[in-house]
Amino acid sequence: MSDRRLVRVEDSDRGGREPRYLHPEYRSSVKRAPAAPLVLLPEALADRTGPVFGTGDVAAADADLTAQHDGDPLGERIVVSGRVLGSDGRGVPGTLLEIWQANAAGRYRHGSDRHPAPLDPNFTGAGRCLTDADGRYRFVTVKPGAYPWRNHPNAWRPAHIHLSVFGRAFIDRLVTQMYFPGDPLFEFDPIFQSVRDPAARQRLVSAFDWETTAPEWALGYRFDIVLGSTPIEESP
Amino acid sequence: MTEPTPSQTVGPFFTIGLCARPQQELVPEGADGAVAISGRVIDGDGEPVPDAVVEAWDRAGGHWGRCGTDAGGAFHLVTARPAGAGGEAPHLALLVFARGLLKPLLTRMYLPDEKEANTADPVLSALEPDERATLVARPADGGLTFDIRLQGEGQTTFFVL
Repeated sequence: MSDRRLVRVEDSDRGGREPRYLHPEYRSSVKRAPAAPLVLLPEALADRTGPVFGTGDVAAADADLTAQHDGDPLGERIVVSGRVLGSDGRGVPGTLLEIWQANAAGRYRHGSDRHPAPLDPNFTGAGRCLTDADGRYRFVTVKPGAYPWRNHPNAWRPAHIHLSVFGRAFIDRLVTQMYFPGDPLFEFDPIFQSVRDPAARQRLVSAFDWETTAPEWALGYRFDIVLGSTPIEESP
Repeated sequence: MTEPTPSQTVGPFFTIGLCARPQQELVPEGADGAVAISGRVIDGDGEPVPDAVVEAWDRAGGHWGRCGTDAGGAFHLVTARPAGAGGEAPHLALLVFARGLLKPLLTRMYLPDEKEANTADPVLSALEPDERATLVARPADGGLTFDIRLQGEGQTTFFVL
C-alpha cells in the first residue's frame, strides 16, 4: 500500500481565513475536534456532485419569518438579502438557503435554550428559500437579540443569524453565521474570533444597506455568501 | 469579493432550521432494496454527542438526507443500497455538523459485504488498516451500524474539505 498512500495533513486555518477544528477558547471544540491528521483526497477523486432542490422544497411564505403566525413578532423588522456566489464570482442559481435565529429578545424556540428571556408566540425563527437565476436571495425577519451562553464567565454571543447553503457540490456545503455591523461583542466572542484574519472575519458581517431598506417599514442588511474552500498547499 | 465566506458552528439549536421536516429517509422506508443505517456520534471522552447532524450524499444514486442526533447521540438514515461509480466502491459521503465543530467533518461509509470492491477502492486501499476499519459499516439487525468517533481511540478517518 505504501506506494499508494494518501497524503495526511494537519488541520489548517488557511492563513486565518477559516476556523481550525480545535479552538480551545471555544470550550465545546476541545472534546469534539479530531486529533488525527486529515486525509487529503486527490483532485481526481473529489466529488463535485451534490443534491438539487426545487420549488417543491420551499413555499414563498418560508422566506418571511414575520408572517408565519397570526400576529406580528416583536422586534425590529429587517430585510436580509444578498447573493450566493461560487469561487468564480458567479451567482449560484436555484440553491437552497436555510436560516434560523433567536427572537428579538435573544431566545431560541428550542427546548434546550434556558436563557430567561421571553419566547414570542409569533416567531419561530426558521426560514428557507431558493436563490433566483442570479443567485439572489431575500428574507424578511426581525433582528435577533444577543444572548448569554456558558462558554466562559459572562459570555455573550453577538447577534447573529445562522445560515446553511447547499451550493453546487456536497463538499461546498456551508453552514455559517451572519453578524450585524458594529457589534460591541465581536472582540469577546470566541466563535467569531475563531477566524483569525480580520478581513476574513469581516466576510461574516452583513452591511447596512439603504437600497434594500424599505421606507416606513424595515431596515435592510446585505450579506453575500461565497462558496468554495480556500486552497491549501499540498505537501507530501 | 470572491474569497470564501468562513464557516461557523451550527450551534446547539440547529433543529429549528435544519430538522423541522423529516429528511432521514433518502429513499422511503420499505422501498425496494432500502437499507437502514444507525449509528452514534461520540466525542473524545466516549460520550454521545446529542447536538450533531449527519448529512448523507449518495453520489451514484443521487440521494440526499440528514438526521439530527438524539439524546444518546444516535442518528438513523434509510437509503437505497449505494452503487459503485467511477472506479470507487459503493459508499455514502457523510458530513457531520455539531455544536463545538467550527466547520463540518467529511467522512465516508462503505459497505461490509463489498470486500472485493473495497479492496480495489482507491481511497480505502490507500489507508492503513486501522483507518480503513473506521470507514466500513457493520451489519446489524438487518441493516447497518456506523459510529462516528470525533476524537480519541478509534477516531473515524476524516477528509480535508
